[in-house]
Amino acid sequence: MAKTLMKGNEALAEAAIRAGCKAFFGYPITPQNEIPAYMSYHLPLRGGVYLQAESEVSAINMVYGAAGTGTRVMTSSSSPGISLKQEGISYIAAGELPCVIVNVVRCGPGLGGIHPGQGDYFQAVKGGGHGDYRLIVLAPGNVQEMADLTTLAFDLADKWRNPVMILSDGILGQMMEPVEFADQQGVSKMEKPWATTGAVGREPNIINTLDIVPESLEKRNYELLAKYEKIKGEEIRWQEVGTEDADLILVAYGTSARVARSAMELARKEGLRVGLFRPISLFPFPEVQLGALAGPQREFLVVEMSAGQMLEDVRLAIEGRSPIHFINRLGGMVPTPEEVLAKVKAVLGREG
Amino acid sequence: MKTVFQKPEALTNATMHYCPGCTHGVIHRLVAEAIDSLGIREQTIGVASVGCSVFAYDYFNCDMQQAAHGRAPAVATGIKRVLPEKMVFTYQGDGDLASIGMAEIVHAAARGENITVVFVNNAIYGMTSGQMAPTTLIGQKTATSPRGRSVSETGYPIKMCELLATLEGPSYLARVSSHDTRHIIQAGRAIKKAFEMQQQKKGFAMVEVLSTCSVNWGMTPIESMNWLAENMIPYYPLGVYKDITAQEGD
Repeated sequence: MAKTLMKGNEALAEAAIRAGCKAFFGYPITPQNEIPAYMSYHLPLRGGVYLQAESEVSAINMVYGAAGTGTRVMTSSSSPGISLKQEGISYIAAGELPCVIVNVVRCGPGLGGIHPGQGDYFQAVKGGGHGDYRLIVLAPGNVQEMADLTTLAFDLADKWRNPVMILSDGILGQMMEPVEFADQQGVSKMEKPWATTGAVGREPNIINTLDIVPESLEKRNYELLAKYEKIKGEEIRWQEVGTEDADLILVAYGTSARVARSAMELARKEGLRVGLFRPISLFPFPEVQLGALAGPQREFLVVEMSAGQMLEDVRLAIEGRSPIHFINRLGGMVPTPEEVLAKVKAVLGREG
Repeated sequence: MKTVFQKPEALTNATMHYCPGCTHGVIHRLVAEAIDSLGIREQTIGVASVGCSVFAYDYFNCDMQQAAHGRAPAVATGIKRVLPEKMVFTYQGDGDLASIGMAEIVHAAARGENITVVFVNNAIYGMTSGQMAPTTLIGQKTATSPRGRSVSETGYPIKMCELLATLEGPSYLARVSSHDTRHIIQAGRAIKKAFEMQQQKKGFAMVEVLSTCSVNWGMTPIESMNWLAENMIPYYPLGVYKDITAQEGD
């Protein structure tokens, strides 16, 4: 199939439809508006349902209801809207309902701004809502991955009966790049015997997150934790470029990783041995894979558009075995490759 | 032996947890009888809410989803939109529906969402031990209005049927009571009608059932039935507030 020039948000929406997404519930917020707009036009023409909810809260609860029927369903929003959805996300995780939630991250806190940010990392990978639960979190780094990781997200959601979040950002959502869509033939049709579709000739199915007996709820908690451990064992994804000989490894995801890649190439041209480690799954975090690169002869530089959120997971992975440095921009500002290169040189003692 | 009385098929064998003098059990039965009489048990997906009826998923013998507080109409919307041929109902109390879930119920009604809502109004938060509800009457004492609900501090109780009747979306809105046999029979008819409206794809239908909370009202069961009749019905008049199938002159 030929490549098409598309916006990241539209590529994501098209990939969702091709992955068998049959329902979308959303609410307007910048910079994700292309997703609901695309869905509202295309989904009804291709056998699906689009509905603009009265609020982010309602949208995620509509997702809960539809996911409970076993239907492939998605919602998208941006940072303040995702905060509003947290109640529902906690229930969806507790009810083990497969769905895809897209966060086209903007800068915060509060209403913040409409420009790109990465300040929702903690919220995405550490839980976000109340109680002990995890989302599977995938971080695309280009428009092609906006499509490919969305396809993967639906499969992982079904496989693990878990909500999957695509953690994108305002740049990846708005930028245009050529994209090629995976063959539709691959849409998996997983049996969902737990779904509430009407109890025809069987005992009723119940989607429930309440359990007021502590002994019973604790057992349930441990079952969920065991699932998250299995996910850690099977679903880690990452990319490494030039790490083998690197004196310094840049660690970044999403838009920051694009900047880091450019900085790495500038550094290599100047003879500096710089590599890039890009986590693609943020939960599970490629902790072991990153940790394996640590050692006394090597340093790490984390590049983020947050105050240093993934930085904490990098520290946990490196466990003090290498020095870790940090460079960031905030408030919707994006670090330039030159800024990152200057920091690289400073770290390696080559400035000026 | 001739069977003269039995449990509806749409109820499970679970023992209900409701307090003496509470009419939730009766209203559950009315819902189950409506489901049985229409023969839709295997086609029905119910949505339980948060409040005293939170365990409804254990009592109704059909597929059930348990929703977050106030969100049942949104959850029901999600189900109904992807399974439009199935029957979907919510069962919600007054705190759930008229306070924290006000946005969800108003918009589900405004969309004419083709679901059935059973709204049980007992003028108090029962499950959390008797706090003031949006439907608590003026002067009514609760755990959080210990000197009686005052208009100057908390305004007026919300009349949901009247409020939703201002919208074009609903097909059927009725308020009934559960305090005596005659009214329970009327309530059963209204609930059945609300399911029939959905079956005929007429759109949003809600039955508000006035109910009791003898424990949190601090009354005996009999006193609470009388209190409902004497205090709630004057403020919340019974009747049909909207019925798009009613003929002129009905």
